[in-house]
Amino acid sequence: MVSSRHSHDGPADRAGREPRKGFSRRTFIEGVGIGAGAVGALGEPGRAQAAGAEVLGPDPVPITLNINGKNHDLEVEPRVTLVDALRNSLDHTGAKKVCDRATCGACTVVLDGSPVYSCTMLAIEAQGRRIETIEGLSTDDATMHAVQSQFVEHDAQQCGFCTPGLVMAGKAIVDSNARPSMAEVESGLSGNICRCGTYVGARKAVYEAARGGTA
Amino acid sequence: MATKYDWPAADDRSLIGKRHTRVDGPAKARGVAKYSYDRNLDGMLYARLVISTVPHGRIIGIDTSTAERVPGYKGHVNIVNVGDEVQWVGSEILAICADTEEHARDAAAAVAVHFEALPHWVKDEDVKKAGEANRVQPAKDDTKGPEMAEAWASADETIEGYYGLGIITHCCLEPHGQVVDWTDDEITVYASTQAVARIPADLARGLSRDESIGDVSADAVHVITPYMGGGFGSKFNIDTWGVACAKLSKLTGKPVKLMLDRDEELMVAGGRPSDYGNIKVGAKKDGTLVAYESETWSTGGIAGRGSPPLPYVYNNEERLAQRARHLNVSTNIGPARAWRAPNHPQAAVLTMCPLEDLAAKLDMNPVDFFKKNADLTARPEVYRYEIDKCAEMIGWSEKWHQRGDSGSGPVKRGLGMSLHTWGGRPHDSTCEVRIQPDGGVSVNLASQDLGVGTYTTLSVVAAETLGLQIPDITVNIGSSKLPVSGASGGSTTVGGTTASTRRATVNALEELKAVVAEALEVGAADLVAKEGKIFAQSDESKSLSWGDACRKLGTRTITGQGKQPDREGGKLNDSGVGGVQMADVSVDVETGIVTINKLAAVQDVGLVVCLAQCESQVYGSLIQGIAYALYEESVYDQATGKMLNPDMEFYKLPGAGDIGELEVHMVQNKYDDRGVIGIGEPPVISPGAAISNAVANAIGVRVPTLPLTPDRVLAALENA
Repeated sequence: MVSSRHSHDGPADRAGREPRKGFSRRTFIEGVGIGAGAVGALGEPGRAQAAGAEVLGPDPVPITLNINGKNHDLEVEPRVTLVDALRNSLDHTGAKKVCDRATCGACTVVLDGSPVYSCTMLAIEAQGRRIETIEGLSTDDATMHAVQSQFVEHDAQQCGFCTPGLVMAGKAIVDSNARPSMAEVESGLSGNICRCGTYVGARKAVYEAARGGTA
Repeated sequence: MATKYDWPAADDRSLIGKRHTRVDGPAKARGVAKYSYDRNLDGMLYARLVISTVPHGRIIGIDTSTAERVPGYKGHVNIVNVGDEVQWVGSEILAICADTEEHARDAAAAVAVHFEALPHWVKDEDVKKAGEANRVQPAKDDTKGPEMAEAWASADETIEGYYGLGIITHCCLEPHGQVVDWTDDEITVYASTQAVARIPADLARGLSRDESIGDVSADAVHVITPYMGGGFGSKFNIDTWGVACAKLSKLTGKPVKLMLDRDEELMVAGGRPSDYGNIKVGAKKDGTLVAYESETWSTGGIAGRGSPPLPYVYNNEERLAQRARHLNVSTNIGPARAWRAPNHPQAAVLTMCPLEDLAAKLDMNPVDFFKKNADLTARPEVYRYEIDKCAEMIGWSEKWHQRGDSGSGPVKRGLGMSLHTWGGRPHDSTCEVRIQPDGGVSVNLASQDLGVGTYTTLSVVAAETLGLQIPDITVNIGSSKLPVSGASGGSTTVGGTTASTRRATVNALEELKAVVAEALEVGAADLVAKEGKIFAQSDESKSLSWGDACRKLGTRTITGQGKQPDREGGKLNDSGVGGVQMADVSVDVETGIVTINKLAAVQDVGLVVCLAQCESQVYGSLIQGIAYALYEESVYDQATGKMLNPDMEFYKLPGAGDIGELEVHMVQNKYDDRGVIGIGEPPVISPGAAISNAVANAIGVRVPTLPLTPDRVLAALENA
């Protein structure tokens, strides 16, 4: 007889949740499925607990996120990732959840000026940071950011599910480099996966957006 | 015979065949396009699947008692039951929902399923071992053409080799799934689907199988899919998770969202069959092909599947002696789904690679070899033209060298090519076009835009027909309440929907012309709609702007209907295209790493409607081709029966820096009279074979199986 993976961890432990105090490193890593080395922004929750820091959760805790210049108050469990908080609690659905483990870039947001994978950052860790999402780049079709209008100009989209992530990665490139070379554009977009294959347009769009958007 | 529906002549086209930005481009670039995964409805619950962890087994117990005590738990429905067999890891067992996504995960994790393990088999590359495990069934043995023994006797040169490519999975970025809202009035389904009009009947049938639910009418189901995040052939049905999601919504009285997790998406919601084979080809000294024999095998899960059409493209039954045998390997892996151009990319590898090997043995330039034998194809002229054009784009005559003759340094450069074909006939489609008294025009049909440009092509067709511009047209698709149109599969959408839209628009315009004719006191047949006006050809001073013309309708709305097929509706589409692709690669023989320098593609699709979106389809195909040629493969472990890489770290896909330079040429103004033919499948067929051939040209030996990973390249060099 073989048991399913769902019973290996001891159902009572995960369902009743008595054993879990605060958000343990193990539980978080289970949740995101990667080593902590890849999530620098996280800090060291396990150590913090040992040092007697405040223990949060497992029930929802009130947090404030600064998104596109505006503070949002919400309540989330400490284990909730930034992408889930954005999508499920705040209906900011531009950032997509695709690989859910910091590989594909569909969840890219810009945090204090740098692109990050919001699937691999806890919402509580994003407090006090400046979060920019795709929703903040434009208010209507006429006010599109140069990277957005160049994505349209160069037809850098098919199904479009990866597009917000690529646009945010592209924005971070042009914000930090006024005249990126094509190789720098490729490098800056290399953390974003598109399944339909829109890279030809995406490369051109970011390259041209940095140069004032002349197609 | 000419009809009023025919596409305008080349000189009269102001929009068709030109470059346009995508109508849905801004919504996608701004992140405001709402996909199924993005739907957040009031009071919505989150559901997760519980899946099989064994590759083959009988369920002997499902214990949900702990799960039901998880905070936020709202309900669950079984998909299979105790006593049922599961045939692959990831097979759906039940769906469970809770108030938050986190609680739904807790609840799913708390379900204990117990299995009695049964013997499993997941490997397909070694057909002898699969045979010993009793997993192989003969599927095909076709002999055609001239007498085989005589043909072989006439051959001056033959090659025999082993070729193949592994299983890949669709890996749609928006996973399969939906939000279902079951109310007293309606079952609303926000489904990520390629088949908006088909899902209502599919879901109703699935629900009606459950006696506790009873009969559900397809008319009670409303599917809403304005945007969907990738399908590639894998999203035609509601699937078990869609039926379970609807049941959960009925059970709880709340809307329920169930989108697959990434591992589920890769294990069970996608899958292109493998294909491996021993191929033998013979030709005369001058390169004339005389005989082709293949013995191939493949798996697409428990039912096998994946018989490639062999020999491919070069298959004239009068002149080429040919025998194709195929074996099905049954495996305990998630079942195959249609993947862009089903069986054709495999057929291209199993034909074009041995053909280039034979050309190399004959010391022939492949361009000459493939052109010389073009009479064995269904479209000799198309292919000869496209080979020459593609060779010019890639610089074949300057860069090509004899196989392996690529210098003494560690980085070897080479060229390779491949040819392909596809049908792309139009699917059935009905369309209603409305012209409003305020001048508004809408195109209405239950089609869908998978990212191919349906919004844009239909806007172009209606605007061209009415003498308007693209922004003047509203395209309503993605709702099953609109007139029925086909599923988007097999490159059938653009031919079907542009024809129904053209006919509906012409019919609507005729009604408007009748009204205008009365107002201007001219004959309706004298009127043309052009540049935002309707005017008399005989006297252009008799003219009304589009807005003024529509105002003559008073409070009446015109509706024009159009259908595909329509025998009296003119020749608006066709099927059957050819394409040629060439690859320029570099191979580091010390590391085994293959780098794409350039891919060139030439594609015929009859009449191009939207050039930019057509090119985007080809660029995307080349990139998907680079993916399966160099990176991606579903890897299975026989000991555990599990897929080892159901994630995006180890299921490798190329990034923006991995694709080299891509150049696309759409054949225009040459085959326009054929009408519109689909573009989705054909260009994805050749990249694997062309890249494999370029690698062989670079390093002097054939790397037999795709993807051409560094270990395989090094192994091939070592075995040479």
